[in-house]
This record gives sequence, structure tokens and C-alpha cells, in this order.
Amino acid sequence: MARTITYREAINEALAQEMERDERVIVMGEDNAGGEGSPGEQDAWGGVLGVTKGLYGRFPGRVLDTPISESAFIGAAIGAATGGLRPVAELMFIDFMGVCFDQIFNQAAKFRYMFGGKAVTPVVIRTMWGAGLRAAAQHSQSLLPVFTHVPGLKVAAPSNAYDAKGLMIASIRDDDPVIFAEHKMLYDTSADVPEESYAIPFGEANVVREGPNGRADVTIVAIGRMVHMALEAAEELAGSGVQAEVIDPRTTSPLDVDTILESVENTGRLVVVDESNPRCSLATDVAATVAQDAFGSLRAPIQLVTGPHTPVPFSDSLEDLFIPDAAKIAGAVKTAVDWKA
Amino acid sequence: MTGTLSTPTSQELTPDQLLDAYRVMRTIRDFEERVHEEFAGGDIPGFVHLYAGEEASAAGVCAHLDQRDAIASTHRGHGHCIAKGVDVTGMMAEIYGRSTGSCRGKGGSMHIADLSKGMLGANGIVGGGPPLICGRALASKHKGDGGVAVAFFGDGASNQGTTLESLNLATVWNLPAVFVAENNGYAESTSSSWSVASDDIADRAAAFGMPGVIVDGFDFFAVHEAAGEAIARAREGGGPTLIEVKFTRYYGHFEGDQQLYRGKEVADARERLDCLKRFRARVTEGGQLSAEQLDRIDSEVATAIDAAVAAAKAAPKPGPDDLLTDVYVSY
Repeated sequence: MARTITYREAINEALAQEMERDERVIVMGEDNAGGEGSPGEQDAWGGVLGVTKGLYGRFPGRVLDTPISESAFIGAAIGAATGGLRPVAELMFIDFMGVCFDQIFNQAAKFRYMFGGKAVTPVVIRTMWGAGLRAAAQHSQSLLPVFTHVPGLKVAAPSNAYDAKGLMIASIRDDDPVIFAEHKMLYDTSADVPEESYAIPFGEANVVREGPNGRADVTIVAIGRMVHMALEAAEELAGSGVQAEVIDPRTTSPLDVDTILESVENTGRLVVVDESNPRCSLATDVAATVAQDAFGSLRAPIQLVTGPHTPVPFSDSLEDLFIPDAAKIAGAVKTAVDWKA
Repeated sequence: MTGTLSTPTSQELTPDQLLDAYRVMRTIRDFEERVHEEFAGGDIPGFVHLYAGEEASAAGVCAHLDQRDAIASTHRGHGHCIAKGVDVTGMMAEIYGRSTGSCRGKGGSMHIADLSKGMLGANGIVGGGPPLICGRALASKHKGDGGVAVAFFGDGASNQGTTLESLNLATVWNLPAVFVAENNGYAESTSSSWSVASDDIADRAAAFGMPGVIVDGFDFFAVHEAAGEAIARAREGGGPTLIEVKFTRYYGHFEGDQQLYRGKEVADARERLDCLKRFRARVTEGGQLSAEQLDRIDSEVATAIDAAVAAAKAAPKPGPDDLLTDVYVSY
């Protein structure tokens, strides 16, 4: 039975249900219990934003606090995965990949290929991404493209609570290493989420908005928080008679190229929204794929709406400019729709 | 901080155990000498890093390990693979880039692995292994299978943050792990007497709340004894140990290295310190084994290495279809 819960609660519930189902699932990270070794409560934090709250008491010995040593404990999660566990490790902010990336891209991602198909590394690395929390340049990035680039990694970035639960369950059950990117601005958003366990397959995009009678003037591809910006833009545009189909790929690796191509073949126009920096991003990746494989369907140049080629600024006046919003997306759609060759 | 011995001392090794140890060391030496020759002949692609001279470390440590246990290795990993029981025919084929190799020709010398043997891979990243070993030790602790995990790493990796973080984590989590720092005197061409700020790598153990011991790496029995104690303690829940094994590598950092940075320590080590020579002298003079028994192993190993090279040269290379396989379990 579905009820309304938050994105944060949905991830917590997925972790709890999988830990209940499978003894091999363990959780680790900085402050994942919170309070280890201190005189007060042992489950004080449940992670810096409370996602793992309550698991420590329910699953004794299976929620591990770690020193602030990302290389060691992310590597340990990977090593434990080769040893028969199914660890879910929290790399608090995606920005911190810089201090432990070797273990992710040279070790976990490559074991299977490098060892001739004989390794299985079922590790999930949860990490917070995205701008908007006034968290400044080292706590606000959208580095999904870096992980997406690496063969051997899978990358999920749910845009809502329903997808967050289903994709987390799928991630834990997956035998490959998964980067599970949680957008920090979505933790308090809510959706109808079934109480029972369910998995959402990787590589299956969600068409979150269709045009009336299946007919639309433009395809908007957006991920994470940008799905909500795209939907807002689509509602505004509908008022002026422009219909948008909005596609949320949900996972960037694998990427559901077929759903995107099929949509563009129908609409003839594509706008890609990505809050990452613009170069070598999801936006450029989707644009290149569509330009190569659906060129004949395009009636206008592909429009990209991204952050600028800058770090994420601190001051709200600047950060709000950095992040793509509904107005920018609507503007890009109008450019495409009004295009005259 | 070292405790009392909890395993039989090396003097108490049975003849079969001594023969096994000698076979492992001889196999490593012959394997590496042969790879040296074949590489010079131009038949081996890429680059290789040879373990000759360091055999007592891999053999002395791995003699205590069984199927429950895992090791992580380094770019200089052939010896660790052999000591953990990886098949030399598959290893040689891997070094030649053949489809019959341990990793089907997709790993090469720096990535030989056999997870079915608890061999987590040679590793092309200096300091790549210690975090993984914390994880393997955690898995054994969680499952309660009595397994121990051992990280081999060099003097170069002893300066990597991954290694230092792992030493800390292993104590904080009280893991059944052993860290074996193989100090062969050089990280690539840079002397460990310069690059390691402490007098000895083992000194660092104290900072991480674990015992640290220094062992003569040319002496199988010394390594065996120190490793036995550390592994037994780890198995019993007593936590990690850092063992520093000191010796000299007989070849360059990689094959082709002109070694202009080195003194004359290799000739001296081969003459006076060599682990195989010392082992042979000790067990024959002590009457535990006969020279004939050891000669027989020499001959068997030589035949096996010849066969491995011949099989590697005759084996097919991976085909075009292999380029795209085994990136993921499913995608």
C-alpha cells in the first residue's frame, strides 16, 4: 500500500528492507550511526543528513561508523564486496570523490574486466550531489559525468522518492558497483511510495510528462532536481500552446538511449537540462547521441541548458544564476520551437 | 609490542612443509628469471616488474594461509600469486597476453588475480591494496569464517595515504588483517632511506596502535615466524600487525631499467644473502632435507616453467569479441 513519504525516508526504507532480507547487506560511512565512541547516543546522526537514522539499533553490528578516511573505507567496502558482502558505503558529498577516486575507478570499476570476468563487486556507493544548499564550491557539484564516463560503474540519480526506493533496492541487488547519487535538494520532497519492496531496473527512463494524445513539440531530457525544473517549464509552456515531453533517464549508466531517440523522432526537437558543468556532461552526451542517431528527425538545433563552466558559487545571488531554472529551460524550448532554418 | 609465539617455530616445520616452502620459492625464482629472459627476447608485451630476491616474503607469509584467507598484492606481484597457489601456466599465458591466461589476457602482469584462490590481484596502483584488504578482513569478521587478509605493499606504498588510512582503520575496526611492507630499498628509483621519513617503516605501527616488527627478508624462517605470529593473532581476534620485510630486489624497477641509481648490493645479496641458498644450507646442514630432495624440486620446477612458456607461446590471443565482454555482470 502506498503512502506519502520523503525521498530521505524512501532511501532509509529501502536500506532497511534489504538489510532485513539479506544478511550480507551492511552500511558504512562517516557518522552513519553517529556517536560511535562518544558518551551520548550511539545513533545520534544517522548520517550527516539523517538518511541512515534508526538502522544502527535495528541491525546490530551492520551499521559501521568510519574514521574520516574515504580512501580506506570506500576501498574497504569494495574489498568486502569481493569477499561476499553487499556493502552500502556513504561517500558523504560527491565532491569528496577526489580523496578516494582511485578505489572507485581503478579498483572497483575494473576488477571484472581486468580479471577476465572472474570478479563480482556488488558495492553501492551512496553520495549527495547538486547545488542549491548554499554549500559552496566543494559541497555542491554535479559530478555524475565523471562516474558515467568510467566503464564498469553504474550510476543512478533518482529524481523522486518513488524512484529513490526502487533504484536503491535495485542497486543493492545489482552485482556491479553502483554510484547512487542522492540530490541534496530532494531529501525533503515527498511522493507516494509503496510500503512493499520493489526494484526499478537500471537503464529504463521514465517519461514523466507526455504531450496531449501523445503529441508534443519538444523533448526535454533532465535528471535529478532538473526533472522538477523541466516539469515547471513544461507547465508554463503549455499555457502558451507548446507541449513538451519530459524524460527522466533515472540512470546515466546504463542510459536508456532508445526512449530518448524515440521521443525525438516524434517531436523533432531536443532540450537537455543538466546542472553539471557544460563540458563532457550528460547534456553533451545525450546531444551527441541524438545528433548521430536521429539527425534526420531534428527540426532545430539541440539546445543545452547547463550550469556555466565555473565552480558553484556561494552567495545565493550567484548560485541561483548558476543553477538552470524553469525560465532558462522555457527559453531554450522557445528557441528550438521558433527556429527557422 | 610483540607477544609470545603462538605457532610452531620454523625449526618445527615438517619435512613436507619445508619442501612446499622450497618449491614455492624456487618456482618464483625460476618464473621470474625466465620472464626476464623472455622479456629481453621481445616476446612479452607491456612492462613487467620482477620479484626475484624477495621470494622468502611471499613464501614465508603465505605458508600460513588457507582458502579462507585473502591477499592483495602490488605491481611486483608474480611471487605473491605463486605463493597463494595461482597456477603458473595461467600466469605465464597472462603475461604473454593470451586468452588462456589467468585473466584471459585482459589483465597482464600487473593485474594477475585468482579470486578463487583468495588472490585479489596484483595492482598497478601503488597503495591500491591495503584498503581492499581492510574490506576482506571485515567480510571475514562479519561472516565469522576465521579468515585473515594480508596486504603486501612496498616501501613506496608505505608513504601513500591509502596505506596509512588502512592501518588506522584496521585497528579502529579491530580487523583480522596483516600488513606486510616489503622494503626492497627502492620505490622505482628513489631510495627508501630518503623517501621514508621514519627510520623504519615498522616504526609507524606504534602510531596506529598495532605491533610492528622488522624481519630479514632474505631469511625464510624469520619471515615465517613473524608472519605466523601475526596471522595467528589476527585469526584469534587480536587485531592487525605491521611487518616490515627488508631485502633487495635482484632486478630493476621494471624490465629495461638500467638501474644507474643502484650500488653493488645485488651481487652481494645474490652471493651472501640469497634466500634459496640460505634455505638450502640450513635444511641440509640440519639434516631435515637432503640435497637430492631439493634437486628434484629444482628439476620439476624447471620443467613446469618450460611447459608454461611453451603453452603460453602456443596459446591464442583474445579475439575481437573479447574486447567488449566482462565489463559488467549485466548492463
